[in-house]
Amino acid sequence: MIAALAFYLFAAILIASAVMVVTARNPVHSVLFLILAFFNAAALFLIAGAEFLAMILVIVYVGAVAVLFLFVVMMLDIDFARLREGFQRYAPIGAIIGGILFLELLLVLSGWSFADQADDLRLSPNPGASVTNAAALGRILYTDYVYLFQLAGLILLVAMIGAIVLTHRERAGTKRQDIAVQVARSGSVVLEEVPVGAGIKALGIRRPPEPEAEPPKVTHDAHHGGHH
Amino acid sequence: MTWTLALPELVLAIAGLVILVAGVLPKQETFFPVSMACIGSLLLAAVLVLGQPEGTALGGHYVADDFSGFMKLLAIGGAAIGILLSLDYNTKEGLGRFEFPLLMLLATIGMMVMISANDLLSLYLGLELLSLPLYVIAAFNRDSARSAEAGLKYFVLGALASGLLLYGSSLVYGFAGTTNFDRLADAFSADSGVTAGVVVGIVFVIAGLAFKVSAVPFHMWTPDVYEGAPTPVTAFFAAAPKVAAIALLARVLVGPFGDLAGQWQQVITLVSLGSMTLGGFAAIGQRNIKRLMAYSSIGHVGYALMGLAVANDVGLRGLLVYMAIYVAMNLGTFAVLIAMRRKGRAVEQVEDLAGLGRTDLGTAVWMAVFMFSMAGIPPLAGFFGKLYVFLAAVQAGFWTLAVVGVLTSVVSAYYYLRIVKVMFFDAPAGALDPAPASLTVVMAASGLFTLFFVLWPAPLLAAAQAAAAALLG
Repeated sequence: MIAALAFYLFAAILIASAVMVVTARNPVHSVLFLILAFFNAAALFLIAGAEFLAMILVIVYVGAVAVLFLFVVMMLDIDFARLREGFQRYAPIGAIIGGILFLELLLVLSGWSFADQADDLRLSPNPGASVTNAAALGRILYTDYVYLFQLAGLILLVAMIGAIVLTHRERAGTKRQDIAVQVARSGSVVLEEVPVGAGIKALGIRRPPEPEAEPPKVTHDAHHGGHH
Repeated sequence: MTWTLALPELVLAIAGLVILVAGVLPKQETFFPVSMACIGSLLLAAVLVLGQPEGTALGGHYVADDFSGFMKLLAIGGAAIGILLSLDYNTKEGLGRFEFPLLMLLATIGMMVMISANDLLSLYLGLELLSLPLYVIAAFNRDSARSAEAGLKYFVLGALASGLLLYGSSLVYGFAGTTNFDRLADAFSADSGVTAGVVVGIVFVIAGLAFKVSAVPFHMWTPDVYEGAPTPVTAFFAAAPKVAAIALLARVLVGPFGDLAGQWQQVITLVSLGSMTLGGFAAIGQRNIKRLMAYSSIGHVGYALMGLAVANDVGLRGLLVYMAIYVAMNLGTFAVLIAMRRKGRAVEQVEDLAGLGRTDLGTAVWMAVFMFSMAGIPPLAGFFGKLYVFLAAVQAGFWTLAVVGVLTSVVSAYYYLRIVKVMFFDAPAGALDPAPASLTVVMAASGLFTLFFVLWPAPLLAAAQAAAAALLG
């Protein structure tokens, strides 16, 4: 009874927030509703006994994906009012495509026949009472499905290489840390004993001696030479 | 668990990881040594494929048989020559970064996984492992707007195709209760009558794979991507991934859905007819030779699929022979296109070839051989490729396919022969730069294969026959 009530509560909030994701005028609100939808979906997984999936949903989707969305939405200057301008014009076509998809789904569902054991299997994500959800997943993921698991790892590696290849470049004018230079620096860095409790008012701000008296001329020349 | 069966993939994956570390550590650019190491590991994988026993392994996700051996050798060969073709071009265009051959190597692992897939899951993961590196290398010349456009377009449409494939797979899984090909074949062999949902699922799976082989009506990305991507990347696209995708299409349709042939034969027939027609007519007006080759490859896929539409051992043998010959002459043609440079700048218009017969006879002769072969003129290899698929179609009574195939190959002969005419009879537009040695070697090798296939076709035919028999079980 309580489980059923909880199910309907979470499901109702999930659907309502999903609708709000699409209809909210403010994109930041959309993303916040998306996070609410993820949380409710995670709760539904918990009710079904799949606590590992529930935790993954919260950690990965809420923790990483949705926050990333939020950053992108806040940082990009997108005029959403202009994006919505075409809505009236494209609505009929969208409705037609949606209708066709709906008919196809009906066609599929009408031909569906459930196996006799399907009802029992539906809510038993655990193989036995003594094995936890995550352990059960791990057992098949690292044995029967190890090939696919490793392949997925390779795909992620390719994604990483691709992102680096396409975006990382050496730009002129960027400043990089050169540890050898830092270590070799002497004279300009000194330890001084300062009276305890004197504070900045009494001592003033101490700056390192400016070493720019001579070098600028040299670097300027070198710079010039590099251009020609 | 007999994981040793997947030794070629394992060795190639480990070699890829080692090469990645070895390539990234040194301070200077390691493009050339990494390319050589990649070609070496591909050759090693090819040797391992040759010595591979038959069977299924890794929880039924992996299968090795004569068919997978044939297709893998073809894919590995295409990939190795693809890396070889990129050596000179990439150095001259400033694309000589070590990730390039490495991504090709990783894509080759994806192809081998696809070819050996015995499960809808390994099919999908193999396809993604193939596609992801391809998106990246299509956009590899990131300072060129065209290359970036090619990569983005390919990525967006490729993601859509993956979605279609996954949707189809989920429908098939929903109705059969399994993703394993052997058990799917059992589920669909029972004469319980096929439901509409399964057919919808199969059509979605075919749509996803037809995108990868750029068959009509999922070909729209091909001309733009082929034109925008750097030329060695286009050469790679047109050879090895097509082999893998065709192999996958054949294995999925003939294996698990073999008893539903009546359902998917019409789809493949329509796709084949459309591809042949579009390939024949759309290439006529093209001025850019890479775009022309894109439409040409759409047409060739149409001819190859004719063998699959017939769906018997003769048809499959025709398909396999066609793919082998197609890869060989395609790599040769692209070796010529990559060599097209004038005063150090790459050129890619048909007019740029004008008078090549007078300025660089060797290259012009090889190009003429490839063009005649693609047009299907005897006694060159391309003629035999077409002969075996047409023969299968006629024997099985697929008259429409055979007639349309002959007519469209006559139409396509126009634009292939126009290139020959431009090369030998038009006034020279200024000499092209001499072709570097690596490209000349590829041209000569595939040119000799194309010329002399007629003398010694038996080994290829026998291998294709054994592969087709293995697929039909």
